[in-house]
Amino acid sequence: MTAPLLQVDDLHVRFPISGGGLLGRGRRMLHAVNGISFSLAKGECLSIVGESGCGKSTTALSILGLQEPTEGMIRYRGLPLAGPGAPGRMQRAKAVQMVFQDPYASLNPRQSVRSSLAAPLRLHGFTAGSEIDGRIEVMLKNVGLTPEHANRYPHEFSGGQRQRIGIARALILEPEIVVLDEPVSALDVSIRAQIINLLLDLQEKLGLSYLMISHDLSVVEHMSDRVLVMYFGQIVEEGGWREIFEAPAHPYTRRLIAAIPDPEKALNTAELQDCVSDVPQFAGRSFISDGSTAPDVFTAPAPSELVEIGASHKVRLASA
Amino acid sequence: MRLGFNFWLGTGLTALVIFAGVLAPWIAPFDPVLDADLMSSELPPDATFWFGTDAQGRDVYTRILFGAQISLTVGIVSQVINSIIGVTLGMTAGYWGGWWDDLVNGLTNVMLAIPSLIFALAVMAVLGPGLPSLLVALGLTNWSWTCRIARSSTLSLKSQGYVQAAQTLGYGDLRIMFTQILPNMMGPILVMATLGMGSAVLSEAALSFLGLGIQPPFPSWGSMLTDARQLIQLAPWVAIFPGLAIFLSVLGFNLLGDGLRDSLDPHMRTRKP
Amino acid sequence: MTAPLLDIRSLHLGVALGRSAHHPLLKGVSFQIMPGEAYGLVGESGSGKSVTSLAVMGLLKRPLAVSSGEILFKGQNLLTLPKREMRRLRGNRIAMIFQEPMTALNPLSTVGRQIAEMFVLHQDKSWNEAQKLAIDALASVRVPNPDRRAKNYPHQMSGGLRQRVMIAMALACNPDLLIADEPTTALDVTVQAEVLRLIKELCAERGTAVLFISHDLGVIASICQRVGVMYAGCLVEENETRALFDTPRHDYTKGLLGALPRLGSRSQHGRQRLVDIDSIIADRSKLTETRFIAPRGIEGSQP
Repeated sequence: MTAPLLQVDDLHVRFPISGGGLLGRGRRMLHAVNGISFSLAKGECLSIVGESGCGKSTTALSILGLQEPTEGMIRYRGLPLAGPGAPGRMQRAKAVQMVFQDPYASLNPRQSVRSSLAAPLRLHGFTAGSEIDGRIEVMLKNVGLTPEHANRYPHEFSGGQRQRIGIARALILEPEIVVLDEPVSALDVSIRAQIINLLLDLQEKLGLSYLMISHDLSVVEHMSDRVLVMYFGQIVEEGGWREIFEAPAHPYTRRLIAAIPDPEKALNTAELQDCVSDVPQFAGRSFISDGSTAPDVFTAPAPSELVEIGASHKVRLASA
Repeated sequence: MRLGFNFWLGTGLTALVIFAGVLAPWIAPFDPVLDADLMSSELPPDATFWFGTDAQGRDVYTRILFGAQISLTVGIVSQVINSIIGVTLGMTAGYWGGWWDDLVNGLTNVMLAIPSLIFALAVMAVLGPGLPSLLVALGLTNWSWTCRIARSSTLSLKSQGYVQAAQTLGYGDLRIMFTQILPNMMGPILVMATLGMGSAVLSEAALSFLGLGIQPPFPSWGSMLTDARQLIQLAPWVAIFPGLAIFLSVLGFNLLGDGLRDSLDPHMRTRKP
Repeated sequence: MTAPLLDIRSLHLGVALGRSAHHPLLKGVSFQIMPGEAYGLVGESGSGKSVTSLAVMGLLKRPLAVSSGEILFKGQNLLTLPKREMRRLRGNRIAMIFQEPMTALNPLSTVGRQIAEMFVLHQDKSWNEAQKLAIDALASVRVPNPDRRAKNYPHQMSGGLRQRVMIAMALACNPDLLIADEPTTALDVTVQAEVLRLIKELCAERGTAVLFISHDLGVIASICQRVGVMYAGCLVEENETRALFDTPRHDYTKGLLGALPRLGSRSQHGRQRLVDIDSIIADRSKLTETRFIAPRGIEGSQP
């Protein structure tokens, strides 16, 4: 077996909360991410789902180098991507890129499409104007735009087109991993399908690996190969999309799936929410939390471990 | 986009000051310094001396035209210095944060606590009177508001997706500041600079009035007022016209600044439905 | 047959641009809401759904203005009602909840006081009495520890709790109509599910009619009996919820439904390409030429 493209080991991120005593004594730490480990294979789409504050965005920012991890290791093809010995922004840029949620805030209003795509190429050593133009043209075609769009400014585009430009910018340096941060949740419903289709086409065509951050479980089911469910800084369940959606084990996963406002389900079941009853038991061990009450984010979580309950299907249980 | 009456009035007055200052050597009927004639001192306005003459018999109209050069130079140069200092400190403080941010914040607060005119007086006392030291004094004392605005704009722009995208694309910090952040906060900075020009003109007048600015016999609106002090009863026009020039130019800069702020503020823009 | 509670007749509304120019936002929208009925308006940004709700509330601000049409509430045309009468209706007979409760709540006043104000304003209660009613109102929207929570300021609450406070305020005077404009869009999914259930149950209990506005078909389906689909200022299709989802007739509705990834469809049918709405609709500008408005009570059964 080859080494995974991306390997995250026991990632912790803690933020100091201001308002402590003198000299920082009694300063409280916010535990945003508490020991996340996972790997991403070439060509795979791995989704991290969870609600706001669960640490999914912090995890993504750590991988992108925008947030320094407190502890833990992030490796890209076996080489460290964060912490000591990590490469600079330049090398990291060719490994990981990001597609942002809000297509209106993610493009510089004062840069034309051409200049936001050409500047990174120039920065990474492309000097020939014809080659830069050629790459921009190919990339715009890849994302479903035309070369004529290059001379326009962001405000001349619709939300869907802006998101295509954002995707083009993320792919222009040909990274292997693309972090998708809620890539369609800010878009109109009819545009979402186009962007989802485009992302899946590009993944196949360019052999991309996606790490998708989302709270929209129907999109996650549609696009992912594997799914991580995060709850207050920890992975509570992990598995292939089939396991997660057909046989969810953790009460929180069940709660999330039950909460999706899906037309079919809404019309066929009387109750809005399926009860989180008949949760299976695993070797007589209990769940740390069922996701109904929020744990204290200022203390480290109680000891627990991810237990394998099926082929590549793990769920977090209290330590035996 | 519709711009209000005030904006156009401000533009008009500012244009008038620039026009007067730039064209002074050609349109002024006399020489501001050399054409002194004690025989024709303190004459009221007439067809030859439009704004009358002062104690030395110099044409007030001519001196006001040349005074505009001084006021413009002071306004523009001091604001360029202020903006460079304020933007550099504010943008780096907002972007990097940490101890540098604390330091810049502390410095800004100290600057805001000292009345800028008093500080300028102190600088002038060290450097001695004259135009160059006036420019330095006014340039060093009024950057705190620009700095604050630059810092807060940077803080809000820093969280925009395109700044994060630039980081992931491998841009260095300075490149991000100059290509992604600075162009997007030029609006408010420009407004601050325009408004600051008004107060710089006033400060120049005040310092010259106190005898620390432009030295006689060269004409500055403030020093003209100083000279007119004793004559205010006998020859009020010697005081009225420089006073009016200061008033109109400061009004012009301020209205222009307000107008620019309104037009550059995206919330004020009429949105297409 | 009972008379409709809200009857919007051929409403035209637009942005005034200068003296004679006029940019239309609603091009003749008509629909009716029966007493106690939950009616959903679904559409994308710019379709005119939010502006419709503002028109009903009489909250249109210049340059927005109604150019023609009628909004009948209990037979009374709201568009010709004097401002004072309209103010008396608002909050009392017609209430509204918004997407972002933080902007609709006063940050400087406790939530208990803000709810109590509704009783003082519309029901002439004394402050003491109103405070007690406010705590009851908080309890009715299932806020835990209502007497303690009543003393909280809006910023001390989570988004879900704030939305509950908004609902408590809106329902304080037992209005006949509740307008909900994307009330759960800013919330997490599990919180959204709770808030939706709350709106559904409370309004059913009290017989309050609901005009529910959303871009999310799933949310609309879970709460409304009938749905109107809006596109570019027109109501292009209207039907009972079940019938609309089972047999959409308008191309745009078909496009919208096909564009959504459906939960569970991948396990049943494998990953299928989502419908690109632009591939089934050749010309978007022609979309508003056809309309499918199902007559009431003929298609489908009660969901």
